[in-house]
Amino acid sequence: MNVQGNTYTFVYASILVVVVASLLAFIAVKLQPIQARNIQNEKMQNILASAGIESSRDKAKELFDKHITKSMAINSKGEIVEGQVAFDIDLKKQLDKDEANRVLPVFLCENQGNTYAILQVRGKGLWGPIWGYLALEKDYNTIFGAIFDHKGETPGLGADINKDWFEHPFKGKKLFDEEGKFVSITVYKGGKGAAKAIGDLDHGVDGISGGTITCKALETMLNADCLVNYVEFLKKSKGK
Amino acid sequence: MSLFSSKDLKLLTNPLNMNNPITIQVLGICSALAVTVKLEPAVVMSVSVLFVLALANVIISLLRNTIPTRIRIIVQLVVIASLVIVVDQVLKAFVYDVSKQLSVFVGLIITNCIIMGRLEAFALGNKPWPAFLDGVGNAAGYGVILIVVAFFRELLGSGTIWGFQVIPEGFYEMGYANNGLMILPPMALIVVGIIIWIQRARSRDLIES
Repeated sequence: MNVQGNTYTFVYASILVVVVASLLAFIAVKLQPIQARNIQNEKMQNILASAGIESSRDKAKELFDKHITKSMAINSKGEIVEGQVAFDIDLKKQLDKDEANRVLPVFLCENQGNTYAILQVRGKGLWGPIWGYLALEKDYNTIFGAIFDHKGETPGLGADINKDWFEHPFKGKKLFDEEGKFVSITVYKGGKGAAKAIGDLDHGVDGISGGTITCKALETMLNADCLVNYVEFLKKSKGK
Repeated sequence: MSLFSSKDLKLLTNPLNMNNPITIQVLGICSALAVTVKLEPAVVMSVSVLFVLALANVIISLLRNTIPTRIRIIVQLVVIASLVIVVDQVLKAFVYDVSKQLSVFVGLIITNCIIMGRLEAFALGNKPWPAFLDGVGNAAGYGVILIVVAFFRELLGSGTIWGFQVIPEGFYEMGYANNGLMILPPMALIVVGIIIWIQRARSRDLIES
């Protein structure tokens, strides 16, 4: 057979493509459920971690069912929307909608006698999406814990938003000032000690040197980009 | 016949030094810049490349007499791309944390010129077993350089090795600072350059006249 002939080349290419395509499709379909479970478990892990509950990927489901006593969907007016599963809300799609039509998830977490409200946030980083979970104390104002993550921020710089040393200082910061105005959190440029130098202890955290764009994106995420949608809900809950 | 003839052994060891894909052939530089900020992704990247290169070499070598010359590059690319997708899917399903670490880098394997280079230069003209050894050898040669570069970049850039702090706090109090430049891509090139310099200074026959 003439290996260099036109007919052979066409047939060879066609067979190759069909074989490879079916192989890849088969693998993708077979592995899809396992991958979906991984992503779900990770989300549960993150939600729990924001309220200070450490869990492994295998234990995540069990602990999630135990600690998350209630999950609900709210709109930007702070009203509870019925008929939505909070865990399944895709925040990206919601943020693309008009403000009036948005639905956002809130999880209530109970741990050692305390109740925390966990909010989900999402924003635009330097290279791709960034997201996180904020656990608020009973006053719906003080941050109890924060977890952030990212798709592809610069390693060693912006990517450090998911490190403990960056997340930890969020604990104890307040979203509202003394007059009850929503001021959220400011991330100060200048690395370690920057917030202290400025004197903003209630609403300021230290940024990452070399990761300023990611830090500013995170700041916007905790304000106009996403967290602002929760303000009415927080105000209403605070009054209760 | 033993499993490793002296010729086979050469296939394994040559790329580690005298015919290193990065320092001598200057291939695969782009990924050497991207994944060497920290040691851990560098090691995982090396292992992934080893897997893909060894397997792609064997597959192409098995197919070598059936591939029409005119579409050989396309066939090679299809084989590499499918292997990379398989690796990516398997990592996502079974070692989710590692796959998150690697994120875009797995996709980058497809564009690694070492793989195409070895398929074209070696696998197309040799039997599967030597092709496999050639793949392992070249991937190891690539990995060694990656790991050395990542070691220095992480140590000097972040003061850590494999994520653990190795430079004592006392140094920082005395005024030592991490070198932020080490984290940026240009320093990877400079470190590779220094390695090339050292290698050529040690073996004179590498120096072009």
